[in-house]
Amino acid sequence: MSASDTPLHGTDSSPGAWLGRATAMLVLLTFAAFFIVPLIWLLIAPSKTDRQLLLDPPFALGSLNTLLDNWNSLVAFQGGLLWTWIGNSAFYCVAALAITLITSIPAGYAMALTEFRGRRALLAVTLIVMLVPSTALVLPVFLELSAVKLIGNPLAAILPFSFFPFGVYLTYIYFSTAISRDLLDAARIDGASELQVFARIAMPLATPVIALVGFFNFTGNWNNYFLPYVMLPGRKAPIQVGLAELLSNVPQFNPTNAASTTISLSALALATIIAIAPVMLVFLFAQRFLVTGMTAGGTKE
Amino acid sequence: MHSDVSTPHTTVVHPQGGGLVRTSVRGASVERAQGRIGLIFVSLYTLFLVAFGIMPSLYAIFLAFTKRGAFVGFDNFVKVFKDYRFLPAVEHVGLYLLVWLVSLVVLVVLLAVIVHAVGVRWLSTSMRFIYYIPGALAGASSVMVWLFVLDPTVSPVSFLLHAFGLGSFVETVQADHLPITLAVIAFWTGAGGWILVMYGALNNISRDVIEAARVDGAGPIRTAWFIQIPLLRKWISYMVILSFAGGTQLFVEPRVLSQASRGVVSQDYSLNQLAFLYAFKQSDFNGSAAISLVLLVVSLALSVYFVFRGGLFERV
Repeated sequence: MSASDTPLHGTDSSPGAWLGRATAMLVLLTFAAFFIVPLIWLLIAPSKTDRQLLLDPPFALGSLNTLLDNWNSLVAFQGGLLWTWIGNSAFYCVAALAITLITSIPAGYAMALTEFRGRRALLAVTLIVMLVPSTALVLPVFLELSAVKLIGNPLAAILPFSFFPFGVYLTYIYFSTAISRDLLDAARIDGASELQVFARIAMPLATPVIALVGFFNFTGNWNNYFLPYVMLPGRKAPIQVGLAELLSNVPQFNPTNAASTTISLSALALATIIAIAPVMLVFLFAQRFLVTGMTAGGTKE
Repeated sequence: MHSDVSTPHTTVVHPQGGGLVRTSVRGASVERAQGRIGLIFVSLYTLFLVAFGIMPSLYAIFLAFTKRGAFVGFDNFVKVFKDYRFLPAVEHVGLYLLVWLVSLVVLVVLLAVIVHAVGVRWLSTSMRFIYYIPGALAGASSVMVWLFVLDPTVSPVSFLLHAFGLGSFVETVQADHLPITLAVIAFWTGAGGWILVMYGALNNISRDVIEAARVDGAGPIRTAWFIQIPLLRKWISYMVILSFAGGTQLFVEPRVLSQASRGVVSQDYSLNQLAFLYAFKQSDFNGSAAISLVLLVVSLALSVYFVFRGGLFERV
């Protein structure tokens, strides 16, 4: 029934083709709504009081004053705990980002463009570990780190965050397609040392892959819940864990909560916006670049 | 044995690590300098690989087969499998995977094919972008958004929830709807990225092939079914394997829903939650390691299969 890929610019104007195009368009727009409506609602919610959330139409705007009130109550929550969480997230993610780049860019380069003993074995292990979801290793890493008494230490998040085989793979693919071995050999014949070859030829060309690895590492770590939840309890938690923590202070969801400070539903929506803001900004800025990067993944043959 | 993988120019390294024969064409000293720098460059990464990939797996194996340091064979596994919470958890995760993977394959392919066929450039670009945006939210924040959407009292689509006869949040997260609910959340965050990947793969199909099909009288649906989708097979199986492995790890969604629903969603809904309870509530690291190991083996098996049989190693 659905004419799934009728070209929407088609020249065929028979009723059947028209119906097909209309159906395809309807499918596209329905899913666009599915993906975007929750986010639009989320952006509007903090400008309303909880009463307005319940009674007003879902997309009616609230007021700026209410937004400020929600902001103030959120900032005041446990003496600015929200900023502590955000600060923690920033610290863990930026530290991990630095270590990830330092470890994975040279490693990907070496696997793509140099010969050494065990290269193919390392590559095979990297591919395999890359496809294992990172959550599968959370509890084993926790058990390991608790054996060496690192739980509660920021390193318990930073170090596992910095192990990023997918980044090594991306760098590997990038260098093997973007730079030819002949180019490097020519530089070697001209007397460049191996380190010079890397610094003067490979690095200047590596900007796109550094950005791509950095993007995936940062956003993945920022959004990670399970690992820090297990490793870093209490005030050391990052924002994702903090967000779930806020939830237990919302009376609607937790009526038995006797805590003196409570969080309103709309303040919780605001907290969610703040939690996703950094990643969302990176997403919007990197949009064109990312779409190309992701599709390039599909076009490499 | 590897007939579907090997071509005359690729050699497949066996997991056992045999066959590292490479013939050298360059001078020995250059080779040695390269070998040195290569090893130095991979050393830090290898350290992390050992510390956070291999060691934890080995340690989990050790814990899973011992009790207070003494070897106990499969006792921990038997205990965990006999736990009254284990089978329901397997069933929950299985149902969720079924709903999620089927909808993922059908809808991602359908949407990618339609978006690819859209001739109006800005429309196609903005659709892809809109589908991809929720990918910025993962973990707790995406569940947070869906807490609001699923609560009929505040939901922007409360009319839809009411149409399904759902009057309160507690009703929407009843156990029998939960696999669908969780699949919807996972689809919302994850589908956009896959649509982009499929779109890229569709772009890669040569125009001549499509043109030839049209000349032969194939309409858009037949072209999609007989030409485009078969050529997407590799990417579809990649998506299914990664999503399956990821889906078995279900943790954050049921955990936050459980917190939000006053326990209507149980704390031991998924396998990872059960492993978590073993470690943190019962202080039984051996039992926890046993469950984690089962999950890890499933993921590892899938990934090894895909790397060596699915053609990922072909290009290496």
